Amino acid sequence: MSRLQVVSGKGGTGKTTVAAALALALATEGKRTLLVEVEGRQGIAQLFETEALPYEERKIAVAPGGGEVHALAIDPELALLDYLQMFYKLGGAGRALNKLGAIDFATTIAPGLRDVLLTGKACEAVRRKDKAGRFVYDYVVMDAPPTGRITRFLNVNDEVAGLAKIGPIHNQAQAVMRVLKSPETAVHLVTLLEEMPVQETADGIAELRAARLPVGRVIVNMVRPQVLDATDLDLVGTVPRSAVAQSLSAAGLGGARRGGNAEKLVDPLLAQAAEYTERYALEEEQRAVLGELGLPLHELPLLAEGMDLAGLYELATELRKQGMS
Amino acid sequence: MTPDPAHAKDAARHRLSPARVLDVDALLDDPTTRIVVCCGSGGVGKTTTAAALGLRAAERGRKVVVLTIDPARRLAQSMGIDSLDNVPRRVKGTEDRGASRSDSVEGGGGSRAGGELHAMMLDMKRTFDEVVEAHADPERAAAILANPFYQSLSAGFAGTQEYMAMEKLGQLRARDEWDLIVVDTPPSRSALDFLDAPKRLGSFLDGRLIRLLTAPAKLGGRAGMAFLNVGMSIMTGTLGKLLGGQLLKDVQTFVAAMDTTFGGFRTRADATYKLLQAPGTAFLVVAAPERDALREAAYFVERLAAEDMPLVGLVLNRVHGSGADRLSAERALAAAENLEEPRIVDQEGGKAGLRNSPDTDDSSESPASERHSPGADRDIDQLTAGLLRLHADRMQLLSREQRTRDRFTARHPEVAVVEVAALPGDVHDLAGLRDIGDRLAANRPELPETPAEA
Ligand SMILES: Nc1ncnc2c1ncn2[C@@H]1O[C@H](COP(=O)(O)OP(=O)(O)OP(=O)(O)O)[C@@H](O)[C@H]1O
Ligand SMILES: Nc1ncnc2c1ncn2[C@@H]1O[C@H](COP(=O)(O)OP(=O)(O)O)[C@@H](O)[C@H]1O
Ligand SMILES: [Mg+2]
Ligand SMILES: [Mg+2]
Repeated sequence: MSRLQVVSGKGGTGKTTVAAALALALATEGKRTLLVEVEGRQGIAQLFETEALPYEERKIAVAPGGGEVHALAIDPELALLDYLQMFYKLGGAGRALNKLGAIDFATTIAPGLRDVLLTGKACEAVRRKDKAGRFVYDYVVMDAPPTGRITRFLNVNDEVAGLAKIGPIHNQAQAVMRVLKSPETAVHLVTLLEEMPVQETADGIAELRAARLPVGRVIVNMVRPQVLDATDLDLVGTVPRSAVAQSLSAAGLGGARRGGNAEKLVDPLLAQAAEYTERYALEEEQRAVLGELGLPLHELPLLAEGMDLAGLYELATELRKQGMS
Repeated sequence: MTPDPAHAKDAARHRLSPARVLDVDALLDDPTTRIVVCCGSGGVGKTTTAAALGLRAAERGRKVVVLTIDPARRLAQSMGIDSLDNVPRRVKGTEDRGASRSDSVEGGGGSRAGGELHAMMLDMKRTFDEVVEAHADPERAAAILANPFYQSLSAGFAGTQEYMAMEKLGQLRARDEWDLIVVDTPPSRSALDFLDAPKRLGSFLDGRLIRLLTAPAKLGGRAGMAFLNVGMSIMTGTLGKLLGGQLLKDVQTFVAAMDTTFGGFRTRADATYKLLQAPGTAFLVVAAPERDALREAAYFVERLAAEDMPLVGLVLNRVHGSGADRLSAERALAAAENLEEPRIVDQEGGKAGLRNSPDTDDSSESPASERHSPGADRDIDQLTAGLLRLHADRMQLLSREQRTRDRFTARHPEVAVVEVAALPGDVHDLAGLRDIGDRLAANRPELPETPAEA
């Protein structure tokens, strides 16, 4: 199991949610994981129903079996100040630069630089060891930028080598790439069973592979339960209306004769079934497309009542059951 | 069967919801409406709504251009705009479907109502390049376009897409070839990005620091600025070491070239901003009936008001309805269980006679008398149970959506709302867009009753 697990996917498909569930799943049985956020959106804090996370690692959840999930929201500007401090012992001058807007400037103007800092911080956590020489975190899970930007984000080395040809940032980029392009890393993509996210997933995988970044698994999120089985689906187009009316009537929903209450339900219920059938066929189509990607597939259910902390633990259990941790 | 009372109350609430209803056709037909902007968080249906409104306006007689940002591939193909050439193309296959105003419009070019639909897909990088080419002499433009910093900025900087969407809108408006421009907005997580990002980018590129970077020498003469100069040399020195001197040089050349050629990004952004505030512009917020999307929509509504931008309404997209909404979820589930239980009895060799007795108010209609063979019977009962479970899910979804919507209308009763049903498949051709357009104009999805006008 790779120690750095990167979670990407189309916007809104559930990257943050899946990353958090995965961090919980990986922490089960006494392990310790770090969940990192790189887009400054405080999605993790929202999900765990805690106050905004500072630029500081802190424990946010306990996993079943006593493991711990820690979280970190990486702030690129503070990360840059960290580096300045490390390499130049800037002290007060660093703060002055920050005031002038120079830090904002440097991290905004060169997206590559920002990405080096973000991935650099994550890789540092992956490699960090305690005094006894053991890894501080068993796993680091990253809630990463969306599919459209993920390859560029992880492939900072090329970007930065073109921009900053020498200097500590350049060296840093090289070190980061050694982690990111090794089996120590796995990039997972979250998708829905809909055309656009599936298309993006396929494109994203091709891009990641072309950049020789390690693609992990595909996680299909918000999967609706199957209500009608194969027999039902076969029957739904051919069943006589009167038979359904009788069945509804037998179930206690009124008269089956023309104009009876049960009879009046037949058309709308069959219309809903036709919609279900159509959507089911579309979903099967998308499943087939995903199947051809040649990657392990996982499915997480749509939590009908919406997401909350309990739901997150439910998804974590599901991931564990499916062998993702 | 009598409709269960709990649900009857629910249904009434569903229909008498206090929100104002948005009159889409009046908006599209009004000749003073010149720009419609569709905003909202990602994936809610902005692109679909923009295209559907554009098509509808064109088929009602207006000459329309739709600026889409990231259309689904099949939709783009069906509109003939899948090639990224960054210019509007006439969309084939539109029909004249007439509008009240069509009589007063002269029927030019054969079609009675004279409407046309043009569409384009925004190419962000190309739009940026065009801006450079239009405002710099060829030599300088070439230098900018080749600058590595320019390349990373134009391809991927957060906010560039929003900025370029506005830029393109400004260009289209300046050409004055269309009665109506319908604008889609970038797939940002937050609708607010559309308002915030261009300003951020503009002020960033136009800001104090960039000026300092590009012209430290100019400042040297002025006494009060001397300290800044010291700060500058420390800073450029540090940044240089950190980034490598070449990068800093690239940045400096880039900024210098940009600055002198088109007098500041912010000026351009400001001009488009004014255009958005002008009468004739109409904002539509698109949202799905989900908690997050509607919370976003509420923020956006508040921001538009604060910025004096004209909001005309909320499009609630992908709303679910039911033709059987008198049957509650609870009752449907109970009935499904009724059908499933006796099956177990059957399998154990019991008699179908164990079936529950029918409703008392209905006992004259004997349910089990004329049924088919037991085998088919079981299949049909199983299917019927499935239909009922499907219905229960639908009713639960419906009431969740309704609660979410009510929360929004309670917070913003002044916002007119129009609902569009969730179609089972996605929308990828003109027929689909036309269907969405009809639904946008029909005020209520899948409900036969005429809505109570507020
Ligand atoms: N399995 C699920 N069941 C129900 N709701 C879910 C599920 N997964 C995610 N959601 C909900 O979907 C929405 C989007 O999820 P999330 O914020 O994790 O997506 P994201 O990919 O991180 O989005 P963004 O691109 O904006 O960062 C949230 O409201 C979340 O609660
Ligand atoms: N009312 C609707 N019913 C069914 N599918 C829809 C509806 N509205 C949008 N869609 C589908 O949802 C997906 C996302 O829509 P899109 O307009 O691209 O969203 P956005 O531009 O807001 O990201 C598309 O596949 C589209 O066909
Ligand atoms: Mg997220
Ligand atoms: Mg879109």
